[in-house]
Parts: sequence; C-alpha cells; structure tokens
Amino acid sequence: MIIKVGMADLNIAKAPDILQTCGLGSCVGICLWDSSAKLAGMAHIMLPCSSIGKRGNEAKFADTALPLLIEKMKKSGADEHRLIAKIAGGSQMFSFSSSSDVMKIGERNTEAVKQCLKNARIRLIAEDTGGSYGRTIELNAETGSLYIRTVSLGEKYI
Amino acid sequence: MYLSEFEFEALKRIGAEGASNGAKALSLMMEKTVGMGVSLIKVLPLTEVAEAMGGAETVVAGIFLTAGGPAPCNILFIFPIESAKTLAGHLVEYSYAYDEEIDFMGKSALSEVGNVVSGAYLKSLSDFTEMEFIPSVPALAIDMAGAVLDAVLARVGMTDDMAVLMETVFSEIEQNVIGHFFLLPEAGSLDKILEAIGVKE
Repeated sequence: MIIKVGMADLNIAKAPDILQTCGLGSCVGICLWDSSAKLAGMAHIMLPCSSIGKRGNEAKFADTALPLLIEKMKKSGADEHRLIAKIAGGSQMFSFSSSSDVMKIGERNTEAVKQCLKNARIRLIAEDTGGSYGRTIELNAETGSLYIRTVSLGEKYI
Repeated sequence: MYLSEFEFEALKRIGAEGASNGAKALSLMMEKTVGMGVSLIKVLPLTEVAEAMGGAETVVAGIFLTAGGPAPCNILFIFPIESAKTLAGHLVEYSYAYDEEIDFMGKSALSEVGNVVSGAYLKSLSDFTEMEFIPSVPALAIDMAGAVLDAVLARVGMTDDMAVLMETVFSEIEQNVIGHFFLLPEAGSLDKILEAIGVKE
C-alpha cells in the first residue's frame, strides 16, 4: 500500500508499505528508517524554523516536524538509535536576477533539516537536494530505499 | 481569513476590471485578439492549492512575481501544461506537439503574459484601493504543481494560510485557455486592501 504524505504533513509506514510525497520543490522530504523494525517515517516540511511562522501545524517546520516524527516512530516500535535518514528536495524553483534571500528557502530548508538531524543524533546517509526542479519521492519501509522521480531529469534510487 | 459577501463582490469587481484591462493590453502587445474573463473567485487554504491544480505531480507552467507597496502581495499564475502550450503557441505562432517542451520563445511569451496580465490586475486593484502596487520581474518554472507552488507558499505560509484564487479564462484563442491567478497577500495586506476599498466590516 502507498501511504501519501501531503505538504506540511508527516506519517509512518510498516513493511511492506511505501510512503510517498509528491511535488517537492523548495520543501524537503525527511525520510527516517529503522532497519530492524522495518519501519519508515516521512515528513514534508515547508519552512526551516517554527519561530518565523504561525504556530499550529508542527509538520510544517523542520525543527518541530523531526521530533514529532521520531516520537511517532518510537510509539510504533522504532528504536531512536537505529534510525537513519535520507533527505530530498530543497530546490530553487524560481530564479530572479536579484537573488532575494527569501527565495533561497530551499537551501535554508536543507540546511535546517541537516542541523536538526545532527541535533537528534541521526545519521544522514543519502541526500538528493538542490537544483531547480521538482521531485516526487517514495520510501520503501521494507528496504529503506528512497525512489526519486522528476519531470525531465529521470528517476533514481538513493 | 473568511470573506463576507460584500468583500467577495469587491474582489469580483477588481477581477472583472483587471481582466478587461488585461485583455486589452495583451491584445495590443501581441497584435492579436485575446479575451479574458474571471470565471471563479475563491479563497482557499494553501494546502488545497495543489489539489485545485489537479494534484501535486501534475505538470504546470507557473509564473511568479511579487508586488511591493503598502500592501505587499505575491502573484502566482498557473497554467495547466496544455493550456500553457496553446497560449504560448498562439502568441509565437507555433503549434507545440503533445510531447514537445515549450522552447525559449514560448517561455518568454508566457512570462510576458504573466507580466501584462498581472500588471492589469494590479492596475485595477490600485484604482479601487488608491494604493500603489509595484510588480517585480516575473520568473517562470515548468514543473510539478506541488514544486512550483511550495516555494511561493513557503513565502506566504510564514504569515497566513489562505490564498485568493481568481480563475482566469483566456478566450478567442483556438480553444479556451484557463489560467489560475493566485493573489497571495502578505500578512495584513488583504485587510489593508479591503479597508481601502471601503467594504471592510
């Protein structure tokens, strides 16, 4: 079964299910996996930090989504120390001649996610970030493999 | 952010005048007759925007610009890819095949459409509110709807969670072309706009 994760949303899946999120642009998909429990978690974050936005939806921000996802996975039997991470997204969809800071949100999202993973002591083992194109990603709870699809740059597994 | 009937009416009038200005400007610039009208005005949560476009993975052409001034807004124009091809093809006198990518000329024409039409809507908004809206240069992206949207939504999502959609129909082309014009007011801007129109309750 494919379990969809929306924008500013998160969810978990047990093998043999697959977690999917469509159309990541500047957003970042955080994928966590516990190889023993065969449990996967995915968060689709929009912004780096909860202090810059309206509170309420914790899944929208890197710094609040990650702890929430870890907690949810632990409740379903994952061991925090076994978790590994893969991330994708964080691209810059629009380029302006005057590169305003706010439009580099993709880059800032990626940096924030990496920092949050470091703080949570979760090892980042693969990433496909940056560029100026959208990505659809699927995390397989059985294998931990992350499938990435684009419109004009093909597909790959990381 | 929920609008009253009066506020909706005001937005409708702004939309109608903007579309009429836009059609004139576009027809003049392209030396071809292009009709424009607003078929639908809607206020919707940001998270539903991708669904309104047919799903996050649907390929679309998005034109983004910002409008500075006392009530700053972001503008995003989204065309389903087939509509984008028809419109661009009409403007550059070329017929894009089903599996053909829009070339540089076509992209440039689409950006120009974004420029002219946004200018027309902003002019109308400016007339009604007596406030200035200064548009930026447009940027174009052709990709998955979700990806095109999220950079813009991230910008607005910092402060608000709703967007105003003016569904714009371009007519008198080979077939009707639908563009989704999103006005994404920054924090406090929509209140300022409605207040200036005098319908704020």
